[in-house]
Amino acid sequence: MNNIKVALIGTPNVGKSTIYNALTKNNEHTGNWAGKTVNYTKGDCSYENTLYTIYDLPGTYSLISKSKEEIVATDFICFEPFDVAVVVCDATSLYKGINLVIQTKEICKKVVVCVNLIDEALKKGIDIDYELLSKNLDCLVVKTSARDNIGLNNLLNAIKLVEESDYLDLNYKFLNKDAYNIANNINLDSINNKWVMLRYLENNLHYIDKYNNFGVNITKDIDILQKKLKNIDISLEIVTTINDKVNIILKDVINYKDKKCNNKKLLFDKILTSKLFGIPIMLLMLFIIFYLTIIGANYPSSLLFNFFSSFESNLINILEFIHLPKFIIDLLVNGVYKTLYWVISVMMPPMLIFFPLFSYLEDLGVLPRIAFNMDKAFMKCKACGKQALTMCMGLGCNAVGVTGARIIDSKRERLIAILTNAFMPCNGKFPTIIAITTIFLVGLNTKYGSLYSSLILTGFIGLGILLTFIISYILSKTILKGMNTSFILELPPYRKPKILNTIWYSLKNKAIYVLIRAIKVAIPAGVVIWGIANIKINNVLLLEYLTNFLEPFGEFFGLDGVIILALLLGFPANEIVIPAMLMCYLKTNALIDFNNLIELKNILILNGWTLKTALCFLIIMCFHYPCSTTLLTIKKETNSLFYALLSFIIPTLTGLVIALIINIIF
Amino acid sequence: MNTTLDMIALGHEVIIKKIRGKDKIRRRFFDLGFLPNNKVKCVLISPFKDPKAYKINENIIAIRNIDAKNIEVSYE
Repeated sequence: MNNIKVALIGTPNVGKSTIYNALTKNNEHTGNWAGKTVNYTKGDCSYENTLYTIYDLPGTYSLISKSKEEIVATDFICFEPFDVAVVVCDATSLYKGINLVIQTKEICKKVVVCVNLIDEALKKGIDIDYELLSKNLDCLVVKTSARDNIGLNNLLNAIKLVEESDYLDLNYKFLNKDAYNIANNINLDSINNKWVMLRYLENNLHYIDKYNNFGVNITKDIDILQKKLKNIDISLEIVTTINDKVNIILKDVINYKDKKCNNKKLLFDKILTSKLFGIPIMLLMLFIIFYLTIIGANYPSSLLFNFFSSFESNLINILEFIHLPKFIIDLLVNGVYKTLYWVISVMMPPMLIFFPLFSYLEDLGVLPRIAFNMDKAFMKCKACGKQALTMCMGLGCNAVGVTGARIIDSKRERLIAILTNAFMPCNGKFPTIIAITTIFLVGLNTKYGSLYSSLILTGFIGLGILLTFIISYILSKTILKGMNTSFILELPPYRKPKILNTIWYSLKNKAIYVLIRAIKVAIPAGVVIWGIANIKINNVLLLEYLTNFLEPFGEFFGLDGVIILALLLGFPANEIVIPAMLMCYLKTNALIDFNNLIELKNILILNGWTLKTALCFLIIMCFHYPCSTTLLTIKKETNSLFYALLSFIIPTLTGLVIALIINIIF
Repeated sequence: MNTTLDMIALGHEVIIKKIRGKDKIRRRFFDLGFLPNNKVKCVLISPFKDPKAYKINENIIAIRNIDAKNIEVSYE
């Protein structure tokens, strides 16, 4: 079978990932904001006897840029072997896309232009003459609406049919004969030599370095040329030349019919970012999401719990029937099975409701507006407003938040975002926080209980945001000293999310992901906990040695030894903190069963829990070291053990200090 | 009348004259279409007055005031 390697490029947020997913039947999550894809992904798709290998590159505004995530795309285009470049453009704002097409045609011989989001353009009354566009560009142009699977086969056909053309030769008026001579001396086969010369001329250190390694030796000549051209603003000349070409190409291509639709969205934006409503609306959205999560999760949670616990006695009977030794049955049922179904029934429903709701906001395009509203506060902390985006992602999963910090250009500001990400309690902590809040702060069977619980949860997130600011400020005054760099962020147009798609995606991917992770962690954790609670040394349980050892430490912070042990056991995944705690408590008190929150309450109170214990626990649950997956991600992203350690110590210390204060005051 | 982009009022449209600043930030402005003779309009102001958002080439871009100072503009 014929194999074609396709590079998918485009400005941020034009739906490259949607096209990629539609073609490869893959399920990368797409989001409505610039910088969602931070590294390239690769997938296959076959159509009419041809195998297409598709590389989804991070969004880039230009191919001559210097920002971290944009270089990934340009480096791919320049140095990786591929056959066809597909430039994805946004039909509602063609200028950016065509700008990139021009730049791509300067370095690629096979280019297909894909104009995506044609349905939105139609809605906005933007009329595009595609034939004229194709003629002006001298390039195949395909119309698509990837979300609805429209035009994708045409795109694949075009990729197969596109013929090699010469590099686009733009007329840079400031270039003299010497410049062309230098370009001719470069002698590289696989790249437009004039393009390489221009990178040297504008002092693009990244490419100068790369091409020097390829044996290009023109630095001296360039120096002489630069001196001759010293009165010319070379960067500006280059972009103006490209810009002029774009304007010539787009002349008569676009017609606007009416602009009413835009005004309505602008009004919505004005409210969302207004002085009076901006911040309250953001908090309200968070609150509503939590409220829906809490009331939505109640019923399925108890249903699952009863379902699994009703099997427990049957399971014991079956295991006894096959004559397994008693301690193995105990290990399997009380250790593994119980931990497993706790995680599944108590943790999974809230996560499954929260995630699609949050994705909905993300797809709609709300997150960049949050960054816009909050940037001033980040600026005061000498951090970047885009940190708000990484914090939002941290609510879903801290590991994702840490990776997402790549959208922040400055290394210093990126590190601040990474080190403080754990102050946003992740999805995996919510169910625990909700359960303890409901039991001790709100009360079971209280009227409007879910309402209060969600208010308190929102409060904890608010505290997390506050702590993020404080710690960011302290960091930028101490170990990460430095000045602000620029903050420039595109606010994308609102897009109506495909509700069913979002739900389906979340259930399919998140459900399986959570289940597998839960099983992976819960099974060994169940074994370890059972072991600790059953192995005796000198006739004393290992559990007692450990909890007695941890007890004074726990008491100092208003907790007890078991809670500390459970938090330590929860290092691989926060989801197992409560089951671990219960397992230890049950062992020491010889209680056999626990079925719901009422019994959870009884067990905790029986073991000396008070309102103060609950408060201290909640604080430490919200603010402690990130889970092992996140820490590994931090190590990988920062390439430094020091920062990984720091990201462990900072939130833990903060949480402990607050708990200590509560313990002293109460 | 000449001024800088951060100074223009909500809803006003101006013409870009010159982009100053360090290479990196100029580049970013260029990429987004902030070029001499292009039109730009202030469309949103964030709750704390900084950053503001501007419309250029049908895109809405948020820029901190201190960065927007690099863009010299003039009312027609």
